[in-house]
Amino acid sequence: MSEEIWTAVRLTLQLAAVTTLVLLVIGTPLAWWLARSRRWWAEVVAAIVALPIVLPPTVLGFYLLVALGPSGPGGLVAGLWGARTLAFTFEGLVIGSVVYSMPFVVQPIRNAFAAMGERPLEVAATLRASPARAFWTVAVPLARPGFLTGAVLGFAHTVGEFGVVLMIGGNIPGETKVLSVAIYDYVEALQWREANMLAAGMVAFAFLVILAVTLIDRRVGRMRE
Amino acid sequence: MTAPTIEVALAGRRGGFALEASFTAPGQGVTAVFGPSGCGKTTVLRCIAGLERLEGTCRVTGETWQDETTFRPPHRRPVGYVFQEASLFAHLSVEGNLLYGVRGRVPADAAVRFDDVVELLGLSPLLMRAPHNLSGGERQRVAIGRALLSQPRLLLMDEPLSALDRATKDEILPFLERLHLSLSLPVLYVTHDMREVERLADHLVLMRAGRVIAAGPLAALQSDPALPLVTARDAAVGLDAVVTHLDPAYGLATLAVDGGVFIVPAGAGTMVGERRRLRIAAGDVSLAREPPGPSTILNVLEARIRAVEAGDNEVTAVLGLGHDGAGARILARITRRSFERLELSEGMAVHAQIKSVALAPGVRR
Repeated sequence: MSEEIWTAVRLTLQLAAVTTLVLLVIGTPLAWWLARSRRWWAEVVAAIVALPIVLPPTVLGFYLLVALGPSGPGGLVAGLWGARTLAFTFEGLVIGSVVYSMPFVVQPIRNAFAAMGERPLEVAATLRASPARAFWTVAVPLARPGFLTGAVLGFAHTVGEFGVVLMIGGNIPGETKVLSVAIYDYVEALQWREANMLAAGMVAFAFLVILAVTLIDRRVGRMRE
Repeated sequence: MTAPTIEVALAGRRGGFALEASFTAPGQGVTAVFGPSGCGKTTVLRCIAGLERLEGTCRVTGETWQDETTFRPPHRRPVGYVFQEASLFAHLSVEGNLLYGVRGRVPADAAVRFDDVVELLGLSPLLMRAPHNLSGGERQRVAIGRALLSQPRLLLMDEPLSALDRATKDEILPFLERLHLSLSLPVLYVTHDMREVERLADHLVLMRAGRVIAAGPLAALQSDPALPLVTARDAAVGLDAVVTHLDPAYGLATLAVDGGVFIVPAGAGTMVGERRRLRIAAGDVSLAREPPGPSTILNVLEARIRAVEAGDNEVTAVLGLGHDGAGARILARITRRSFERLELSEGMAVHAQIKSVALAPGVRR
């Protein structure tokens, strides 16, 4: 396999890993709040988080491009280290992927928090556990299957994104040229063998992800008996 | 300081339901909070634990947990809480559950020690098991042990047996009785089952439709004609008695209560000097104006009618034991026909014939 393909694979895995990590860090408190808040506008926030599921990636990508560009907030942030824009950078891709994959991480975790109900936390409180201790020693372990599903889906979804990447990342090898874009390029260049290799790899990867999520779900079912 | 007590005064609304509960309970022994389902018992208990909040005050053995300016969050209240469903942590083993509320080293002088709890509740074969492999009764025992090991100053139990079938209840009741005897911890025990009250409680808080209608020693409330317990279909009185004599030849024990003695079949291991609880059901007591002749009924006691509650066809008489009627009170359920034929009335001296007296299994302090 050519060096080019490996660069794309490495970059894709790196992007997916960083995105998943960021999503777990910001998605967990968000999921916790969504699961427990009784305010009506929590559903408004939930709907905003879910938007990427229904929006065409080009629409999302367009607004992200504006936001990351020189005249958007992304440009301001980039100015901190002297750059003009976050678009067409790895950092920009991470931000875009976080927005794009957010619902796939937040929803399983939110559901897991909601499914355990109030009771385990009440029990923990009557056993003198502070809210923080109850969260880390009861809520998080009980929601573990939700975290697993969320992380797997977030990772996989980031690996598979195409439209958003094309809109905000373009096609810079080693910086923004991820697998899905690479396949597109190979097909454009009529390099069918390379395209097929990457595409088949993606099929196998997708299959393994779905299998993993199903197996996790089954384990949860057994635990809840 | 006065004797340590539990003082609760709470008022507020819960979903269109007005709750106004104030009562005082002693700082030791088991106080049953008794009433029909939906009368607000559980809400009161949850407020004492700090899991819910109503306006009012809550003081427990000298500490203020809630008043106009204070509201301690639940994790700062030294309670043990046993929920109706055991609610064990599914991700921890039985041992992990038991130890969850144990922070750091347990002081050597701790009131509740791990080994004692395991022994008391028969948990040693379960320690390594996962909660979902336990029976309902086993789970509830673990939940009780877990609550005790957090070294509570007050144990709150919310219908801990009501989710269990009859056989499992009977499996757990002896554990609760032993608990009561071996710990000096005050217990608030919410239930709608009078059988549990009679076996476990010393004090009673009676609730109806969001209000406390009476609070006091169990026997006093059971025989108070102003309260609905007297006319309940299964009305009974629990009397604390002392074993004064044993007759091993016939397997009988003599027990003294205020104003009289009872002769009761003695279980194995009954000892002179023990405090035991007698249960006398109103339906097992009949009345005679003259001392009855020879009879197979062992227990015929002098008494006086202190009060009468007339129903449609039945009359419930509150009796004071002893010639002057000043002793312990029991109930007699008789037909209105007999009541009128015998021309019974308040203040009259009678002979109470008691067909059966049940001796509760647990020894009491």
